[in-house]
Amino acid sequence: MEITMLMYLIPSLIMFGCGVYGFITRKNMIAILISLELMLNSVDINFTVFNRYLFPGQMEGMMFTLFAIGIAAAETALAIAIVINVFRAVKKVDIRELTKMKF
Amino acid sequence: MELSYTVAVLIIPIVMFLFLGIVGVKLSKKTAGLLGTCAMGVTTLIAYASALTYFFGTSQGQIVDGVRQQLEVLDITWLQFTENLVIKLGILLDPISAMMLIVITTVSLMVHIYSLGYMDGEKGFQRYYAFLSLFTFSMLGLVVATNIFQMYIFWELVGVSSYLLIGFYYTLPAAVSASKKAFIVTRFADLGFLLGILILSFYTKTFDFVTLTSNPSAAITSAGGATFMGCSVMAWALTLIFMGGAGKSAMFPLHIWLPDAMEGPTPVSALIHAATMVVAGVYLVARLFPVYCLEEGTMTVITVIGCVTALYAAAVACVQSDIKRVLAFSTISQIAFMITSLGVARPELHEGVGYMASMFHLFTHAMFKALLFLCAGAIIHAVHSNEMSKMGGLRKYMPICNIAFLIGCLAISGIWPFAGFFSKDEILVAAYANSPVWGIWLSAVAGMTAFYMFRLYYKIFWWNNPDYGHHTPHEAPMTMTFPLIFLSLVSIVAGFVPFGDLVTWNRGVLHTQIVWAVAGTSTVIAVAAIALATVLYYKENPVPTKMADACRGLWTAAYKRFYMDELYQFITHKIIFACISRPIAWFDRRIIDGTFDLLANVTNSASYAVRKLQGGTIQGYVLVYILGAAILAAVSIICLI
Amino acid sequence: MDSVGNILMYFIIALAIIVFSVLTVTSRKILRSATYLLFVLFATAGIYFQLGYEFLGAVQIAVYAGGIMVLFVFSILLTSRPGNNSEPLTTHKKWMGISAAVAGVALSGYSLLSYGAFLGREMSSNLNVDITRIGHALLSTDKWGYLLPFEAISILLLACIIGGVVIARKR
Repeated sequence: MEITMLMYLIPSLIMFGCGVYGFITRKNMIAILISLELMLNSVDINFTVFNRYLFPGQMEGMMFTLFAIGIAAAETALAIAIVINVFRAVKKVDIRELTKMKF
Repeated sequence: MELSYTVAVLIIPIVMFLFLGIVGVKLSKKTAGLLGTCAMGVTTLIAYASALTYFFGTSQGQIVDGVRQQLEVLDITWLQFTENLVIKLGILLDPISAMMLIVITTVSLMVHIYSLGYMDGEKGFQRYYAFLSLFTFSMLGLVVATNIFQMYIFWELVGVSSYLLIGFYYTLPAAVSASKKAFIVTRFADLGFLLGILILSFYTKTFDFVTLTSNPSAAITSAGGATFMGCSVMAWALTLIFMGGAGKSAMFPLHIWLPDAMEGPTPVSALIHAATMVVAGVYLVARLFPVYCLEEGTMTVITVIGCVTALYAAAVACVQSDIKRVLAFSTISQIAFMITSLGVARPELHEGVGYMASMFHLFTHAMFKALLFLCAGAIIHAVHSNEMSKMGGLRKYMPICNIAFLIGCLAISGIWPFAGFFSKDEILVAAYANSPVWGIWLSAVAGMTAFYMFRLYYKIFWWNNPDYGHHTPHEAPMTMTFPLIFLSLVSIVAGFVPFGDLVTWNRGVLHTQIVWAVAGTSTVIAVAAIALATVLYYKENPVPTKMADACRGLWTAAYKRFYMDELYQFITHKIIFACISRPIAWFDRRIIDGTFDLLANVTNSASYAVRKLQGGTIQGYVLVYILGAAILAAVSIICLI
Repeated sequence: MDSVGNILMYFIIALAIIVFSVLTVTSRKILRSATYLLFVLFATAGIYFQLGYEFLGAVQIAVYAGGIMVLFVFSILLTSRPGNNSEPLTTHKKWMGISAAVAGVALSGYSLLSYGAFLGREMSSNLNVDITRIGHALLSTDKWGYLLPFEAISILLLACIIGGVVIARKR
């Protein structure tokens, strides 16, 4: 039995679907960020898998993943800084109640 | 070019207007008044120099074969739209414009001096002088216009300054409505004027007075026999232009604004509504006279309107009780004399004496009517009322005013040797030469003129001696009496000006002589009318009241100005407003506005409905984005299969 | 033909990814969500190792599991009290999320399956990603060189540090 490309892509797809679901339904801002990480991760897997199977002699996909991990780290750090700041101001992390700046 | 300094008579007043209008409030009242008056004095000197040089100068090219040339001393192309459609600004000097320069500046200067006393202590003194300067500028610009379009521009400017000055006491509702009335009525007439200008210039391809009048038959035939409603297009054009003149000159039935215009300060009435602006219509017809006299139908219209107005205004003037109203109606009547005189003038009749008579009467009338108005102002100043019933026996208190008013009355009645005798005599000669009907008609009106003027005179200065109480009337100050004396002198000697040598329809020389048959008759009629007035009003007696009671209906009708204002009121309110304006207003408000209101409301409610979509909920955005992308992908997959 | 251990390893990883992904987004305790996420990240690193990208797997563990997860845990501890579970989802919202996720997954799955033959190809063995080559590529300006993105991302990270300090600073 061979491990084909499709077999790697299926878990990645399900991970992405879970990310979408979590992003839409969760109310806690940190939970939303976690869902976002899921989606990013699944995309990273796709890049790597396509690189490995289709162009094994090159490493563009791997490099993309590398940079994506770096950017994700930066983005998460900043987002968490904002979340903590917001929490410090209004004592809440539920995005439905963060309407102070609206309108 | 020689005489090009004439442009100063336009520049000085407009500069004065701007100066007094902008920085006037910073000046003291006395400074502003004196400044305006001095500027007017300089303007007058320049205008006199210019006019006298034109009339009596002997330089090259002014008189060719005994005919004075029309001099365009300034000619600027203002707007050039196409080759034919050029709008110019310039200064045209010819006998009538030179004469008008003298008339306007003289009366204006007198009014400026007089106002120093009359308007003393009024609020807005500086504004008053600014407006006077604006009016002087506009009127001078009107008379020296080289083309009909320039004339129209200044024509509207005098309308505006008249509006501003009638409404000078803008806190009084009567003054405000009078100024609106004057503006709207003259605007309505000017609509005709504008249409006339457009038709005329469309066919003749020119605005220029010189081009139009130097070859009038070409102007008439340029329409090529085109007709409208059975009359030739040129007759329509000229009649419409005359309509503008009739509005400005308060001819029946467009006269209704002039009596109300007396709400303005009295010196303004003297300047604008007696001497200068209201003769603009006469001047307009005179300006285009060579063209007019080729259109027999239009000339008949002018004559008839002039005669009707003369009689109507004289009849109304006989019974009015407000002295300014009497003078206003007498002004209408006298202007109607001038209009009639132009209407009956023909080049072949007595060498076109009607034209000369009209201009002559314009000149003398300006002087003695300004005198009468200024006297009336002095009287009102002393008595603080316009009503005759509050006056009487004033000859003891105001001797100078008494003499001046008497001279004015004698002049307007046509008694030798006062100015009105000569000019009115020429008008009657012209009328009799055209048709005895008009002659007799005008003679009768001239008799009425003498009657109502002396009725006014006796009622003010003789009649009874009412109790003035602690407030005894007194003679006006020197600034007010000087113009009275000056204008009295002018009214006495103006008749001896050899007008026939100066102002004629073909700018040549007209040999006038007094036709004693006409002059004698008119003098006899005038003396008889004066005698009648003397008998009736010399001393307080019940006879006039009894006469009024005897024909109460006629008297009331005349007192109510034959219900002309009520007729206008009826037409505008009951017919135009109710039947035309209101449905249009309804249509505008409900249909036009309603459509746009509907659009606005729909947009508004749609915005409210979709507002939630842009609520800033990122989760909602992601949901829509994902679902949208999925739908698009599904659609493309289905389509590709 | 892959070794049995390899295949077994694959199934464990795939199962872990699927199960822990679902648990991450459905757990009502936020700290548990974070922990499940950690497992998912580890499993992802496992995939990278399995594919032969050891460096990438190491980065994934170091940055994600080591760095980002610590941030998450700290922020969760800062912002929520223990036992403070999130309330149950409303049906409406749940169905919206599920429909979006399922629609996306179904469409992607359909397009994956329609390319079945192409995706069924085997992994070639001639992989050539030693750490020297990665280092040269990252700092090279030639073709297939990544110096510019490398520098750009370093500036981004610097900006991010400053931004984080500015935002989170106490006033």
